[in-house]
Amino acid sequence: MAAALGASPPAAPPAVVRPPRELTSSWPLADRLGYWACWATGIGLCAIAAAIVLFMFVKGISTLRPSLFVESPAPSLRQSQSGGFLDPLVGTLIVTAIGIVLAAPAGVAIAAWLSEYGRPTWLARAVESTIETIAGVPSVVLAIFGLIIFSQSFLGFLSQRTVNGTVTATSFLVAGAVMALLALPLIFGATREALAQLPGRLREGSYALGKTRITTIRTVLLPAIRPGLASGIVLGIGRIVGDTAIVVFLLGETLKNEPANGVPLLGTLRGTGSTLTSYVYKNSPAGEGNAPQKAYAAAFVLMVIVLVLNATVTRLTSGGRPGGGNAFRLLKYWPLGR
Amino acid sequence: MTPPPVRRIAVDREPNVAAPRAPVNGTRPSAAPAGTTRRPATTVRERMRAESLWLAYGENWVVRDVSLPVRQGEVLALIGASGSGKTTFLRSLNRLTEITAGAARSGRITLDGQEIYELEVNELRRRVSMVFQQPNPFPMSIFDNVAYALAEQRPPRGRRRRRRTPELEQAVVDALRRAGLHEEIAGDLDRPALKLSGGQQQRLCIARALAAQPEVLLLDEPCSALDPISTATIEELIVGLRESVAIVIVTHNLQQAFRVADHVAFMHLGELVEYGTSEQVFDHPTVQRTRDYISGAFG
Repeated sequence: MAAALGASPPAAPPAVVRPPRELTSSWPLADRLGYWACWATGIGLCAIAAAIVLFMFVKGISTLRPSLFVESPAPSLRQSQSGGFLDPLVGTLIVTAIGIVLAAPAGVAIAAWLSEYGRPTWLARAVESTIETIAGVPSVVLAIFGLIIFSQSFLGFLSQRTVNGTVTATSFLVAGAVMALLALPLIFGATREALAQLPGRLREGSYALGKTRITTIRTVLLPAIRPGLASGIVLGIGRIVGDTAIVVFLLGETLKNEPANGVPLLGTLRGTGSTLTSYVYKNSPAGEGNAPQKAYAAAFVLMVIVLVLNATVTRLTSGGRPGGGNAFRLLKYWPLGR
Repeated sequence: MTPPPVRRIAVDREPNVAAPRAPVNGTRPSAAPAGTTRRPATTVRERMRAESLWLAYGENWVVRDVSLPVRQGEVLALIGASGSGKTTFLRSLNRLTEITAGAARSGRITLDGQEIYELEVNELRRRVSMVFQQPNPFPMSIFDNVAYALAEQRPPRGRRRRRRTPELEQAVVDALRRAGLHEEIAGDLDRPALKLSGGQQQRLCIARALAAQPEVLLLDEPCSALDPISTATIEELIVGLRESVAIVIVTHNLQQAFRVADHVAFMHLGELVEYGTSEQVFDHPTVQRTRDYISGAFG
């Protein structure tokens, strides 16, 4: 016996035994119908998604030229002379940066407070439903709300004043600030979820060493949920990049980024401009419709950005490992022909 | 002297399962071969005391009228069935019960004669540290885990927290040595703590608790998630530490209580049924319930 245990096993088993395929033919009819309906819906959705991607790809790729990324939009009725979308690209970056810089600390802080302190209870409950409300408000409502707030005279420093003194309430700063409200619930939600999933013994371990709650949050809990924080931020970026209403309302009518007078960088932030979404809208047949081909190209770029962001989230939340998705493995579950 | 029931269980086992027991074994002549009797601690002095302590979660009183001393120089083991209030009692000693909503307390707990409610809670927890049932190292390096315990709550102005000064490094190494972990990890302090084995993680947690030089160390079933070899290492460690720190250990394992403890308290349904030296509790229990419990009649 001892000798048998000590002997090294063969390098590989002689043959791999697989379980037989499960057949649906033995199932009740209702179960089989339900099963096929699930398949049909899933495949239908995939088909729609594939159609969107393919359509945008075909429409967009034919107009997409490297020069579009480096040329500013030019006012022209002829599509060939209307320039590229450098400014909208830069505009998207600026709005996203402002939105995330405002939303990330706030979202993380609120989530940490709510899940680690949460006292007094009425305040916690109020904060929670406030965030749910913000998450549920359509962005066009946020946009018009922003228009009212930021056209107040004392907030004039965030945008520009017209000659007769009214505040325009259209600038990168204003749009970014309202965009922060879009991203906030997503960052809050991801942080809170991640904190809730941390085992309680991590907190106890830190308290038992005589650490305060705030030290525990800062040194133990937040570093432990870095993937959660990152995916919340990426979700927030995706939301901001894709929003149109706020840009149309709060970033002005210009396709080119028009800095306000004054300090260079601050001038840009206080000035008007456009993002990819507003560029698509204005150039499409729904807007002024001068350059539909370029709208398709920009829409394609926008879609690629959002898809990349979504893939990043998937990667982050699966702990850095790729999902290991093998499309062919799905065929094992093919319902027909069993 | 008839062998106590707890010994009978040990005899029924494979003799080498708990082999490294010898050094920590034998508070009693009958249980240990001659020559391995545990040397009593040089000084024994009382550090903490619970006086007619009642503890509740909500309406439910889970500890009822318990009075116990905790002494430096000896190990106090709390034994008893699940739900007997051992862990709650232990957690109340450094006010960890307070993080559970609805926890209430009646009676007194003192540390060196001072009521613990009069101490700042984080100050108390630095002096009375705790190690939990599940190893809970933080998701950072081994060094940072121990250094975290050493970091001052308010670092002096202009100094970055946990900077790796030679003094800090020395303190971390000392703590790991005391917990018997330094040799095993071969000085590789930058390894992530979560890559260690379960037993090593638990010893890291003990090192972390020891690093800040606590006066009392509370152990809540520290070996229940560990294999017999890791258990033996930690038991030896516990007995070796009792000179420098007062130790209270909660355990479901009666043999473990017998191996490590100088005094044993048996709790049942929140009440302290019997308290005495381990020889007395295991050999001559005065209460029938204790006799039943240690012979395996219930629990």
